[in-house]
Amino acid sequence: MIYEFLSNITGSEILGAIISAFLPLFLFILPFALIAVLLERKVSAHMQDRLGPMRVGYHGILQTVADILKLIQKEDITADANDKTLFNLAPILVFAGSYAVFAAIPFSSSYLGSNINLGLFFIIGISGIVVAGILMAGWASNNKYTLLGAMRSAAQLISYEIPTIMIVVTILMVTGTLNLKEITELQSGYFWNWLIFGGNVTGIAKYLLIPFMIVGFVIIYISTLAEVNRTPFDIPEAESELVSGYHTEYSGMKFAMFFLAEYANMFAVSAIVVLLFFGGYHSPFGYLGNTFGITWLIPIEQLLWFTFKGVGFVLVQMWLRWTLPRLRVDQLMAVCWKYLIPIAFVNLLIVGLITLL
Amino acid sequence: MVLKTEEMTLNMGPQHPSTHGVLRLELQLDGEFIVDVIPHIGYLHRCFEKHAEFMTYPQVVPYTDRMDYLASMYNEFGYAVAVEKLLGIEVPERVEFIRVIMGELQRIASHLVALGTYGADIGAVTPFLFCFRDREKILSLFEMASGARLLYNYIWVGGVSRDLPPDFLRLAKEFVDYFRPKIKELNDLLSFNKIFIERTANIGILPLDVAVNYGITGPMLRASGMKWDLRKDDPYSVYNKFDFDIPVGDGRMGTVGDSWDRYYVRIIEMEESLKIVEQALNQIPEGDVLSAIPKRIKPPVGQVYGRVENPRGELGYFIVSDGTVNPKRIKVRPPSFVNLAVIGELCKGHMIADVISVLGSIDIVLGEIDR
Repeated sequence: MIYEFLSNITGSEILGAIISAFLPLFLFILPFALIAVLLERKVSAHMQDRLGPMRVGYHGILQTVADILKLIQKEDITADANDKTLFNLAPILVFAGSYAVFAAIPFSSSYLGSNINLGLFFIIGISGIVVAGILMAGWASNNKYTLLGAMRSAAQLISYEIPTIMIVVTILMVTGTLNLKEITELQSGYFWNWLIFGGNVTGIAKYLLIPFMIVGFVIIYISTLAEVNRTPFDIPEAESELVSGYHTEYSGMKFAMFFLAEYANMFAVSAIVVLLFFGGYHSPFGYLGNTFGITWLIPIEQLLWFTFKGVGFVLVQMWLRWTLPRLRVDQLMAVCWKYLIPIAFVNLLIVGLITLL
Repeated sequence: MVLKTEEMTLNMGPQHPSTHGVLRLELQLDGEFIVDVIPHIGYLHRCFEKHAEFMTYPQVVPYTDRMDYLASMYNEFGYAVAVEKLLGIEVPERVEFIRVIMGELQRIASHLVALGTYGADIGAVTPFLFCFRDREKILSLFEMASGARLLYNYIWVGGVSRDLPPDFLRLAKEFVDYFRPKIKELNDLLSFNKIFIERTANIGILPLDVAVNYGITGPMLRASGMKWDLRKDDPYSVYNKFDFDIPVGDGRMGTVGDSWDRYYVRIIEMEESLKIVEQALNQIPEGDVLSAIPKRIKPPVGQVYGRVENPRGELGYFIVSDGTVNPKRIKVRPPSFVNLAVIGELCKGHMIADVISVLGSIDIVLGEIDR
């Protein structure tokens, strides 16, 4: 465990805990956001018969680095009519809220920011802060477009948290723990033990669980799409209506913070789906480290598997974004309240009955 | 306690991503619902009509390009038809065929922009880029013929500025074969997408009587169910030689005259235009394209109204001549301007997102509205 290692080196448990909680941020998420922005541009370009960024570096691989450098140099505009305190606080809150999620996500069996017992609970709670940040941004900008964007965003995020949480509760009933590492360890072994295939439940219950787990996966995936404001649910920042929603008035580094938070969020929700349904960091087949008897190889393989699965779902998000049009705000609410929540609720009841068997 | 509520005024534009140029819409909102829409225009006014009074007749042609910059060929076409009517001259048949080919290719190009940007307004960016990819091929053909990609100055009074380049007919035929499957691709990707239908069907319904009262023309009128197309109903040039249909809206996904109908009428119109282009390419006669161009245009005293079916509707030129080389007055009847007027009727009771959907389905070009 990284945490024990760091505590031994620094000689202080608190320092060790702080450093280990920040490690995923600097080692993984910041580089990931940079790569994901480029990936999105390249993926969209190839879907649309164009080349995308080609000038900065080989096939444009340094494009996002150049973009970030540009954003850092840009003037940080704050309009006179803005509410200065809230305006400055909002990007920090959004950024912090979406990055704090990674502190509880186990990237591999020994690389975990913080092994919280209520990990799943922590993730759902901390990502709720983002809503406050978005509302603050929309209000403080003193602009009608941002206000509308923020209102829509808040309504959307809060509504779609309900089906997400219902599915999380179904998982909870099967696994009996909120600790993300334990949930992942329950799914160890082959892919047949993943929760989408009923987890490590034995007997007839496992086969009964499979269809309801698949329903649960579809619902949680749809609602996480809405929670990260991706098409077809990108209504808060619908550029054709609201210019760019709640962050219209932001420029320079503050805008970059919203932007990076968005891409970090994409991976965060994919990671949650992977943890809950697709075995977390576990390999679907087994480990090379076990075959050759090299134990230190296993965590590295696990990290690779986790990244691989997470990026896979991120790619699906991109694919959807560049294929589908956008729903209208009332249709978006109808999808949530009329379809997702009732189905999730019935799913919850049935899974509960099956686990009682 | 009674909470005080008031309507919110929201200015959409002139700098807004989906007002298709510099249009300002003043929205009266009740929450997210539209109470009233007032369009404010004039940000792109360039005094075309006043300018034209100080030009000779041939000099006006490049200015007509700059009105509806997405359908430049058709603006020239309309102007040529009007002035030729005033002069009472006949043009060689080859010229008419070239004009029809160019005009119909322009219609496809213009509809591609309309459909693509409509998709982008609804949130689907990929069809937009697919449309522009295909439009690019038409622009290359125009570039071959005229040397320009947007403002062609190709169709002159009495002829065209130069004959078609040698390879043009072959490449145009290749384009027709290339483009047919692309319409199907667009249908698969966007037209019959469930979300797209949800966003456009039953939105902005334009009943036929309202459309006629407002003087709506073009795909908008046809989507409301009226089979009215100047190419059939008041034939000009050589359109009566070709076999093609006039599509009308049938309320397939919702009500007749909704945004989806307006969108889909344009898709079918592209297919019909392809038919016309194909026939024209096969039948085009040999001949001289410059012979009928008058050396000095000095029409007799009089006035004329010449009209053509532009991609957006009826484009009319009312020309008054006082017997000199300069026109006394040129009044343009722009289709987009007349079509835009109905937006208030279409948007009432819908949401902000629907304003975008309705505006996109009207397919305006601000260069033409403001002139």
